[in-house]
Amino acid sequence: MKIAVCISCVPDTTSKINFTENNTQFNKEGIQFIINPNDEFGLTKAIFIKEQYQAEVVVVSVGQSSIEPVLRKALAIGADSAVRIDNKAEDSICVAKNLSKYLSENKFDLIIMGKESADYNGCVVHGIVAENIGMQFVNACVGLEISDDSYIIEREMEGGTEKVKIKSPVIIAGQKGLVEEKDLKIPNMRGIMQARTKPLNVLESENFDFIQSIEFIKPSENKECVFIDEENIAELVKILNEKEKVL
Amino acid sequence: MKILVFAENWDGIFKKSSFEAVSYSRELADQYNYELITLCFNNISKEELNKLSKYGSSIVITTNPIDKVDSVSMSKMISDITIQHDIKLFVFSSTYSSKMFAPRLSAKLNSSIFTNVVELPSSLNPLKLKKKVFSSKAFEIAKSSSEKNIIMLHPNSYGVKEFSSDLKSSEFTAESNSEIEIINTEKSSGKVNLSEADIVVSAGRGMKGPENWVLIEELANCLNAATACSKPVSDIGWRPHSEHVGQTGKTVAPNLYFAIGISGAIQHLAGVNSSKVMVAINTDPEASFFKAAHYGIVGDAFEVVPKLIEEIRNIKN
Repeated sequence: MKIAVCISCVPDTTSKINFTENNTQFNKEGIQFIINPNDEFGLTKAIFIKEQYQAEVVVVSVGQSSIEPVLRKALAIGADSAVRIDNKAEDSICVAKNLSKYLSENKFDLIIMGKESADYNGCVVHGIVAENIGMQFVNACVGLEISDDSYIIEREMEGGTEKVKIKSPVIIAGQKGLVEEKDLKIPNMRGIMQARTKPLNVLESENFDFIQSIEFIKPSENKECVFIDEENIAELVKILNEKEKVL
Repeated sequence: MKILVFAENWDGIFKKSSFEAVSYSRELADQYNYELITLCFNNISKEELNKLSKYGSSIVITTNPIDKVDSVSMSKMISDITIQHDIKLFVFSSTYSSKMFAPRLSAKLNSSIFTNVVELPSSLNPLKLKKKVFSSKAFEIAKSSSEKNIIMLHPNSYGVKEFSSDLKSSEFTAESNSEIEIINTEKSSGKVNLSEADIVVSAGRGMKGPENWVLIEELANCLNAATACSKPVSDIGWRPHSEHVGQTGKTVAPNLYFAIGISGAIQHLAGVNSSKVMVAINTDPEASFFKAAHYGIVGDAFEVVPKLIEEIRNIKN
């Protein structure tokens, strides 16, 4: 069984987001990059499947050489090899088209992605890849089991969850729940040593022009918080009802 | 030129996000003199369908039942309708199912797709939009280079507006031979949907234990609000993951957000900072949520919340 885990390298979730060049570029200075949290749940799930069924796990990412330490971390966690498709990765459709090319030329039984990335939050790469390579696709997955030549997938939906059965191969977009936070794999020393010699292949990419970024805007800073005495909650309710009109 | 808006229904009922997408599209169509087509799928009652006219739908296409989890059939159906009607612009509310079929549709049509859109476009040719990025820590103005475009509207960002129109509906029969077998569906019935709720009551570790959520639920009930929680609370299993709001959970934008016993980590604030009014209740006067909140009460949730419930009941009666 072959599993591809597509990961995105994103700013650490505690990062303060700032822009440079007249608010047209994200300021990467001092930012630590990590495996996108939603993708990390998928990567751990893939390693669990590998341990149980002897699967081969390949991590795939579209990005420049600066993302290689993050790919090495994925190898240290337990992936067998990594593929970096060399591109600036600023347009999610461009990312999806490059991934589609690799994933159609290299066959996988299961492709795992995260439901969205913490930087551009496009939520479209998985669906576009699924269409381009002709696979079924399930989003917001919180459970995955293998049953012969099929997958039992649990997905989140408005006001509940749904369990579906789909024949292999399939693309899933995972999130927390696919594995629990406490079960996330942390690289150990042996893993880190092994990761140094595992293959990391770099592929050329193609550029596509769909969406151009014009500028970034930071949300306006809030004015001071109005403190209300805990003995005077009637006043708060009155403000919310009459001034803010939100009750 | 035509715009297609998808009015999603859940077991035959439209939700606020469907009306929001319709009214957004109506204003857009009127502004640029486009024709608006509303698409609904699955057998839906005349009475329910008529509700759409209040928000600006005039031409409505309904289809035979298709299962929402089947992104292959859903995207094919919309693409077939597109060919018949020469549609240039699509508007979908960001729901679980639209996030599955809309990217597929964009690949079929070779279109651009914009997610987390929060406003009407500032221009249509070329399409220029404002969208949320960096998990709501920033906005981006982006421009399309494509002839066809898909707009995914962030729920609760535009709001629901009323327009008067007459409804004419026609039917479209779509192919559906799903390769997906649904095993079971579990619904948490009667609860207010978190992503489109007007009011959200959210609580954190300050509540001390899952048994104390009765207080949070009581406050939510008297406000007809959805309940939510911080990441640590869902990680330790006090509340389900589906209630986790923040950078790695759900992003919400209600009119009113209560943060009770939540310190206000940057990841949590990212998921809620589009709320119109935020009220923080915390024993710690230094809690970082007070820097983001509009109103704050320094006090113990176990004393403040019951008083809050009482005062809200007073004005509701």
